Amino acid sequence: MRAAAKPASPATIRWWTIAALVVLWEAAARLFGDPAFVAPPSLMLRALVGPTIFGDPKLTAALGLALAEMVTAFVLAVLAGATIGILIGLTTIGRRSLFPFVLLLFGLPQVALLPLVILIFGLGPASRIAFGFTHGVLPIIVTTVSGMRAVSPLLLASARSMGASQGQVLRHIIFPTMVASVFTGLRLAMSLTLLGVILAELFVSTNGIGNYTQIFAETFKPASLYAVIFVLAVTAVALNEIVGLIEARFSRWKQS
Amino acid sequence: MLAQANAQLRLTGIVRAIQAAVVAVVFGAWFFVTGAHAINPLFLPAPLAVLNSLAHLMSTKGFWSALGVTAFSTAVAYAIAAAAGIAFGFLIGRSPVLTSAYRPVLAGLFAIPLTLFFPLFVVMFGLGPASKIAFGALYGFFPIVLNTIAGFSGIDPLFLRSARSQGATRVQALRHIFIPGAWPVVLSGLRIGFFITFASVLGGETLSSASGVGHAIAHEADLLDSPPMFAWIVIVLAVTVGLNLFLTLIEKRAGRS
Repeated sequence: MRAAAKPASPATIRWWTIAALVVLWEAAARLFGDPAFVAPPSLMLRALVGPTIFGDPKLTAALGLALAEMVTAFVLAVLAGATIGILIGLTTIGRRSLFPFVLLLFGLPQVALLPLVILIFGLGPASRIAFGFTHGVLPIIVTTVSGMRAVSPLLLASARSMGASQGQVLRHIIFPTMVASVFTGLRLAMSLTLLGVILAELFVSTNGIGNYTQIFAETFKPASLYAVIFVLAVTAVALNEIVGLIEARFSRWKQS
Repeated sequence: MLAQANAQLRLTGIVRAIQAAVVAVVFGAWFFVTGAHAINPLFLPAPLAVLNSLAHLMSTKGFWSALGVTAFSTAVAYAIAAAAGIAFGFLIGRSPVLTSAYRPVLAGLFAIPLTLFFPLFVVMFGLGPASKIAFGALYGFFPIVLNTIAGFSGIDPLFLRSARSQGATRVQALRHIFIPGAWPVVLSGLRIGFFITFASVLGGETLSSASGVGHAIAHEADLLDSPPMFAWIVIVLAVTVGLNLFLTLIEKRAGRS
C-alpha cells in the first residue's frame, strides 16, 4: 500500500511548505505590497549582500557586538544559575523554602523592568548583557534544582555512609544524574537569553541594532530591515543548534 | 511513623520561617537602603514614595485607559492565538505525518526570540494597538499550537482502534477519546500562551507605542520619574501573580471534580 500510494515523507512536506510560503511571500510582496513597507525575499537577499548590511562596517560591528552580548550573557547566566541552583537544591530546607521564590520570579514578565534596567546600566552593551542574564539565569536555577531532586536518595545515603565527602557526592552522584535536565535548562536559557538581549537592543534606538531597525523603518527600506532581522534570526537559530549539538553528543556518550 | 510526621511538621515550620525571613529582609533592605540614601532614588525609590505614587496614579483617568488598552490588546491577541493554535494544532496533531513534518519547524521558530520581528509589525500595523495585537497573537500561538499537537499526537492509537472496532463514529471518537485525552496538555498550552501573549503585548508597548501599560513604564523612565514607574511595575507584577494564583485555583477545582 505504501509503495502504491507513495505518501510524501514528512521532510518533503516540510520543505515544500516552506518553499511555497517563500514563493507566496515573493508574489504577494511584488503584486500587492507597498514597497515602502513590504519587501520580497529576493530584495532582502540583495540587501543582505549589498552595501547596507554586510558592506557597512558599523552595522556588522553592531551585529558582532550583539552576538558577543548574547554569548557573554548566556555564559554568565549558566555559571551563576548553576551555582545558585546547587546552593538551593543541596538541602531539603533550602529547596522547599527558596525554590518557590525562584518559580515566582520565573513567571514574571521581565519586560516591565526593561526601562529600569536601561536606566541603571545605560545605553551600551552592559544593559543588554544584564537583561539577557536575568532572562537566562532563572531557567538554569529551576532546572538545576529540579535535576538535583531527581537524584536517587538511596545512592546518596549509601555514598554518605561509605564516607564520601560533599564534593565527591556532587562529582560522582549528583552531576551524572543531572545531565538530561541540565540540557533542558541550557536550551531554555539560550532562547530566553536571546530574548532578553534582543529586547534591550531594540529598546535603545540610539545605538546598536535598535538604531538600525529604527532608521530602516523610518526611511522606508523594508529590504534592509528584513535583512538585519534575518541575520539575527539565523544567529539565534545557530546558537540554539550549538546547544542542541552538544546535547546530542552528551546523549550519545550516555547511551554507549 | 509519628516521629516522621513530627519531623515533617517541624520542617514545614522552618521552611515557613525562612520564607517569612526572606520577605522581611527584602522589604527591610528596601526601606533601609532608600532611607539611608545609600542608593540613587532614580534606581530604587522609597517604598512609601511608590505607594503614594500608586495611590495617585489610580485616581487619574490615564491610568485606567492605559490599563484598558493593554487588557483589550491582550484579550484580542489571546483569542486569535488560542483559536488559531488549537485549530492548527488539532489538524497537525491528528496526523502523524504532518506532526513530524511541521512540529520541528514550529518548535525551532518558537526557540528564536520572535521579538526580532516586532519592528516589522510596527512597519506594517503602525504604532497603535494593532501591531501589539498581531505580535502578541503570533507569540502566543506557538505554545498553544505546540501543546495542542503534543496533546493530540500523544493519544494511544490502541484506544482509537478499540473504539473504531466497537463501531464508534468519528464524532464519538473525537468526543470520548481525542478531547479528554488531549485536554490537559492543551490546557497547559493555553495557560503558557496567555502569559506569553500578555508579556508580548507589554513588550511591544514598551518598545514602540503611544499607549498602554508598557508605554507608561517606558514613558516614566524617559521622564526620569521613578516612583510612578515603580508603581506601574508593581501593578504588572501584582496582576501576573494574581492571575497565576487564580488559574492555579481553577485548575485545582477542575482536577478535584
